[in-house]
Amino acid sequence: MNRTNLLIKASPWLFTIGLFVVWEAAVYIFKIPVFFLPPPTAIAQAFVDYSGPLARNSWITLQTTLIGFALAVGFGMLLGLLVGWSRAMYAGLYPLMIGFNAIPKVALVPILVLWFGIGFVPAVLTAFLISFFPIVVNVATGLATIEPELEDVLKALGASKLDIMRKVGIPRTLPYFFGSLKVAITLAFVGSVISESVASNYGIGNLMLQAQAQFQVPLIFAGLVVLAIEGIAMYAAMAILERRMTGWAQRSGFAQA
Amino acid sequence: MSAFVTLEGVDHAYAGANSALAVEGLSISVNQGEFAAVVGPSGCGKSTLMKLATGLQFPRAGTVTVAGEKVTKPVKIAGMAFQAPTLLPWRTTLDNLLLPLEIVEPYRSQMRSRKVEFAARARNLLTSVGLRDQGEKFPWELSGGMQQRTSLCRALIHEPQLLMLDEPFGALDAFTREELWCVIRDLQAASKITVILVTHDLREAVFLADRVFVMSQRPGRIVVERKIDLPRPRDLEVTFTSAFTDIVHELRSHIVKARQ
Repeated sequence: MNRTNLLIKASPWLFTIGLFVVWEAAVYIFKIPVFFLPPPTAIAQAFVDYSGPLARNSWITLQTTLIGFALAVGFGMLLGLLVGWSRAMYAGLYPLMIGFNAIPKVALVPILVLWFGIGFVPAVLTAFLISFFPIVVNVATGLATIEPELEDVLKALGASKLDIMRKVGIPRTLPYFFGSLKVAITLAFVGSVISESVASNYGIGNLMLQAQAQFQVPLIFAGLVVLAIEGIAMYAAMAILERRMTGWAQRSGFAQA
Repeated sequence: MSAFVTLEGVDHAYAGANSALAVEGLSISVNQGEFAAVVGPSGCGKSTLMKLATGLQFPRAGTVTVAGEKVTKPVKIAGMAFQAPTLLPWRTTLDNLLLPLEIVEPYRSQMRSRKVEFAARARNLLTSVGLRDQGEKFPWELSGGMQQRTSLCRALIHEPQLLMLDEPFGALDAFTREELWCVIRDLQAASKITVILVTHDLREAVFLADRVFVMSQRPGRIVVERKIDLPRPRDLEVTFTSAFTDIVHELRSHIVKARQ
């Protein structure tokens, strides 16, 4: 029992290390040139050689992403409440949002650059635009799936729509909302890096683009690793937040089995 | 005894494309302090009757009167419980009970100053249905029967004059159901509250009610009204007597006719 638990605790690390070991071995066995696929050791070397630029730019990317994400949370929650509040609003806004979500956000970057110039602002906005949709959908879903009987109980007591929203709608939406944050934060990284690679002089996206121009392949991969680490860290932060805020909704043993 | 809930010649249809009448020419009168049961084939508009009597829906034709007033808005003196307990999983049992008090006046504005008193009242109510000291548990830590008891308590916490029950025991196993029959019987005997129970369980209706109303196929109306004169207090044993089963049989034949 204890042993299995330990194994489960250790397995993420074992798998990650395993991936890197297999990677390193494959590069040596198949004699893959470093400019095609650098081995993890070369990527580690790039981390050491370029620690300054990597740190600086990853900090910028993180900031950009988090600001865009924060905007998405605020806006997504408001829009979700609005859409979940009234059926007319739902009917009217839903097709628009689906259409908007179907647009590849990279196609919006040129327009954002046109409006705001290159750099920080379009990257924040791209992160925002790409990540608000799942939040809206989840908040609206949470509100739309209130049990009608419960609504009847409260309405019969003279509850206003706002009462029902406050006492039932919003609390029961929280698990959906916090669940959507995990998706949204990962998407926000996608957005900010896309915009940085297309239209910025800063950030990991830009750093990778420059490394590519100079054929510093290990540095490109180092950029990818940084993004993966930031992504995992933020995802984990959201997962912890989710568990803290909505422990009541996570009593199923299913995921732990 | 005066009529407490009256429906007179009520027609009702729900808004929407399929606007066939749910009930037509529905008339029923329930006295103050009476325990009424409404039975009928499924889809006969029993739940519509509940919604009309609590002011969640308003009739197309006819009038609904509760406590001497024509129903034009939700009837706040009513408590409701359904087949699903519909408890809020993020609130403890006790906080679930307090929910109606956070909504309905005059309790709503006194919630802060009288919180302790309200909590004590909720605990008493829990004790009365056999859930003593279960208040701090979350609904999902309770069994189905316990959840349904909690749901009943929630319907009663604001001391309503009318209790509307829509198949409240439908999802429970036979033994738990009979246990809860007794809980309801005792609650009603103690408080003399007016109860309208919608059910398709004839034994349940006969055991609990003073009068049983049989509804027809949709569009529903009352086809039979049967007074149950079994002496009170009724023990579960009464359900095995021939007098009891005769009434059940009689009602059953009415339902069979209504289904045709």
